[in-house]
Amino acid sequence: MTEIFISYNNIFSNLGFDSETVVAQIENGKSGLQKLENKSLLPEPFCAAMLSAEVIKEEFIKIGDASKFTKLEQMLIFSLKKVIDAANIPLNEKVGLVISTTKGNIDLLEKENNFPENRAYLSELGKTIQNFFEFENEAIVLSNACVSGVLAISVAKRFIAEGKYEHVFITSGDLVSKFVLAGFDSFQALSAEPCKPYDKNRTGINLGEVAASALVTSYKENLPKEAVAIWGDATCNDANHISGPSRTGEGLFRSVKIALNESKIAASQIDYISAHGTATPFNDEMEAIAFNRLGMENIPLNSLKGYFGHTLGASGLLETIVGMHFMAKNILFSSKGFSDLGVSKSIKIIKTNTPKPQQIFLKTASGFGGCNTAVVLKKVNN
Amino acid sequence: MSLNQNYRIKSFCHLKNQSLTVNGQSVFDDASEDFQTFIKNAYKFLKTDYPKFFKMDSLSKLAFLAADVLLKRENLNEEENNIALIFSNRASSLDTDRKHQAAIENEEEYFPSPAVFVYTLPNICLGEISIKHRLYSENSFFIFDHFNAEHLHLYANSLLRNEKAEKVLCGWVDLDENGYEAFLYLVENEGEIEHNIKQINRIYTLS
Repeated sequence: MTEIFISYNNIFSNLGFDSETVVAQIENGKSGLQKLENKSLLPEPFCAAMLSAEVIKEEFIKIGDASKFTKLEQMLIFSLKKVIDAANIPLNEKVGLVISTTKGNIDLLEKENNFPENRAYLSELGKTIQNFFEFENEAIVLSNACVSGVLAISVAKRFIAEGKYEHVFITSGDLVSKFVLAGFDSFQALSAEPCKPYDKNRTGINLGEVAASALVTSYKENLPKEAVAIWGDATCNDANHISGPSRTGEGLFRSVKIALNESKIAASQIDYISAHGTATPFNDEMEAIAFNRLGMENIPLNSLKGYFGHTLGASGLLETIVGMHFMAKNILFSSKGFSDLGVSKSIKIIKTNTPKPQQIFLKTASGFGGCNTAVVLKKVNN
Repeated sequence: MSLNQNYRIKSFCHLKNQSLTVNGQSVFDDASEDFQTFIKNAYKFLKTDYPKFFKMDSLSKLAFLAADVLLKRENLNEEENNIALIFSNRASSLDTDRKHQAAIENEEEYFPSPAVFVYTLPNICLGEISIKHRLYSENSFFIFDHFNAEHLHLYANSLLRNEKAEKVLCGWVDLDENGYEAFLYLVENEGEIEHNIKQINRIYTLS
């Protein structure tokens, strides 16, 4: 069986424009979340992690003509370029491109913008990225709600295992748009304060916007120090409800179980869990139940939503990249916003940054449509 | 796990141009030009009896009914089934996205609805199918500007070879301002049609 790795990576967020800077900010306890008042986005005040169009443009003009690309395209291209440059491989027929997003350029449905409406089609977004870098292969756009970022890793792995590609670049991103804010607000799921995953006083989610990119490769040479091998992955539906998680955590339970089986390891061998933790009452409770059913209640766990907000289609890849850097540093990082357990089953939330040698971590995500994903990742360099 | 295993296409269906065909044979035709009337008439004709259907958005109705036509012939387990869903389209959920956008466009008539917003994701239709048929299995939704047989073929083979699924329901479900089209096919160990790109494209262009 081919070993497949997650290699070079980039995070473009309001905490920094590369993974190392962003992780250093997390190490210092800094969050990108801010309380905002912007009636053009939402009638009431909200809390989110956002990047201003001006800041992005200032970076983007170093590599391209900003007037030709939307805000999201600029973020994705900037982020992906860093990874392509670091990887330094020719973009030939053995190199694939996967783009993970839930809503893409959805802000282009608004009446006032400088782009034609067809740019709101996700396939157009795919073509824009593909053409900028002159990829030989057609972009594969994946849009599977909030699990898209983790599922993109599975898709890349499978296409390499099938022999279609040797390397796959993934880029993922979503915006904090009027469209998405209004939707989550209509569910009464937004918190006006910084979110508190798993806490007894949690009141809902914050949205965030980032672009995150990574190289998935079958080449063991030239891996960076934070690289991981993809040992197992799975995605399972709850078969329960389209807008709420299963009360028994069925799909998440099954996803983790299958990913562990494929990895040929026991649950107890996981050193750290990077969970979904959106800070909605139902999601966090569901996760606690699933991790207890898996016998993983004593494995250190965090949610990164307190640093980035919920970054939708990017969140799974973003949080995987952060987890890779955490493992390289051998530190368990605190779950920002958490103080007192607010789920019915005990789970081990990381309260303060703690040094601990780590070899294997689990990344999970769950989303609308009842979808759940899990990947098991093993450190490569010791 | 065998790399040389050849899978088969057991059944397929098309829902487009006011008609439903299964394995290339006409099952239902309707004169109604409008999608809502057509899909309701098809639902009744097929004796679907699933009240949740009427809460779904148009893309989910289209995908759900096409999947239901094939899956109810399968004598599925009532408790659970391991059938992966690999769907694709061009317009994602834009039909419903435009409805949500219209509800938030103007300050004076700002009225977003959770019942609409939840359908602003293309994979929701996969959730609807999974609920009805007890599929605790893989769901993936891809966006291409054309029907991409090569992609679906490779991905279905990967899931079957790695025993991530016992069967895979693949296809294209697209709904936009100018029309609608569903084409689904079921891949497994048995069936009359070979599972290869040429055959997938052949049955896609039938009817």
